[in-house]
Amino acid sequence: MALDIIQVPQELSGVRTQPKSITLRISRFNPKTDSRKRFVEYKVPYEKWTTVLDAILHVKNNFDHSVAIRYSCRQASCGSCGMKINGRPQLACFTKISELNSNVVTVEPMDNFPITRDLVVGFERMFSTHKKLKPYIINPESEITPGTKEFLQSPKDVENYIQFANCIKCGLCNSACPTMATDSSFIGPQALAQAYRYVADNRDKGKDERLKIIDDSHGIFRCHFAGSCSQVCPKGVDPAMGIQLLRGYLLGFRS
Amino acid sequence: MVNKMRESVIMKIHYGTALASIALVAVHILFRLTQGFAESLQYENVLANYQFLPYAGMLEIILILLSIHGFNGLRVILLELKQGKSYEKSVTYGCIAAMTIVILYGSRTIFMTSMGMS
Repeated sequence: MALDIIQVPQELSGVRTQPKSITLRISRFNPKTDSRKRFVEYKVPYEKWTTVLDAILHVKNNFDHSVAIRYSCRQASCGSCGMKINGRPQLACFTKISELNSNVVTVEPMDNFPITRDLVVGFERMFSTHKKLKPYIINPESEITPGTKEFLQSPKDVENYIQFANCIKCGLCNSACPTMATDSSFIGPQALAQAYRYVADNRDKGKDERLKIIDDSHGIFRCHFAGSCSQVCPKGVDPAMGIQLLRGYLLGFRS
Repeated sequence: MVNKMRESVIMKIHYGTALASIALVAVHILFRLTQGFAESLQYENVLANYQFLPYAGMLEIILILLSIHGFNGLRVILLELKQGKSYEKSVTYGCIAAMTIVILYGSRTIFMTSMGMS
């Protein structure tokens, strides 16, 4: 009887190959005790599916549990694990080591945010700016008024803002923004994109309020349209486009 | 009054002055080219240009447009470099003062030359 020979992939055959490894350089800094950042290097094994977050957690589990990192969902939904990976702001849980094509992976805290410790940064300013722009539907005919419980929208109406509703507040756009690097009072691409998300929503009546807030000396007109915010967004939001469309309202091209 | 002016109004002026300057400076360059570039820079010809009232008027407008655009650009750069209430106020008023001085000094030159006081 002829035997069929099935080729079993090496990963499934139980014979494990020697895992590849990279050098993970982690930025360490405690503002309370350190005067400047330093890098600590670790040899970390990785597979095709290993993310940068997995590698950092490997370091925490096996070498140094004191490495500070913020993370939660591990699926690019919570926006907690934003950091600079090989110089580019990215989500650690959404970045595979095998896709970085580098034997050395350097992780640093995001730029343009105050460092809390190691890879953790403070989001207070970003959240307060976000809140300042009233990130909710403003409509006097609210749901609590009897008879007006529904605000119907066509698919086209939804299309106007839906990509901006995907923002997970990870702060990568603010970290990549060159204006944020020099202008500490700049509203930032995250908040501006969210302002557009509600201005473009046909259920919302708070356009004038929001436009007044962003029409400031450190507001929307300080954007130089570098476009780096849109390049680094892990959710495919295009803040640079939102900012240009918002400018259209302020310059009278849109109403 | 300056602080009450919305940034969008200031930027509309900024973009408007840029476009108008491009148009008028193009006319200015065309004038130089039609006259012959080297010839147009001769002392008598320069004076004659100023004494031709429509041309002197155009130079005055170019001076105003470029001063407004340039000093607002400088204000924007300085605001991005450093922040702080008193710093921002001094930058705004400093740029307005510098712009006024440049316009007044330039206008004085244009008026004096066009009136033959060289």
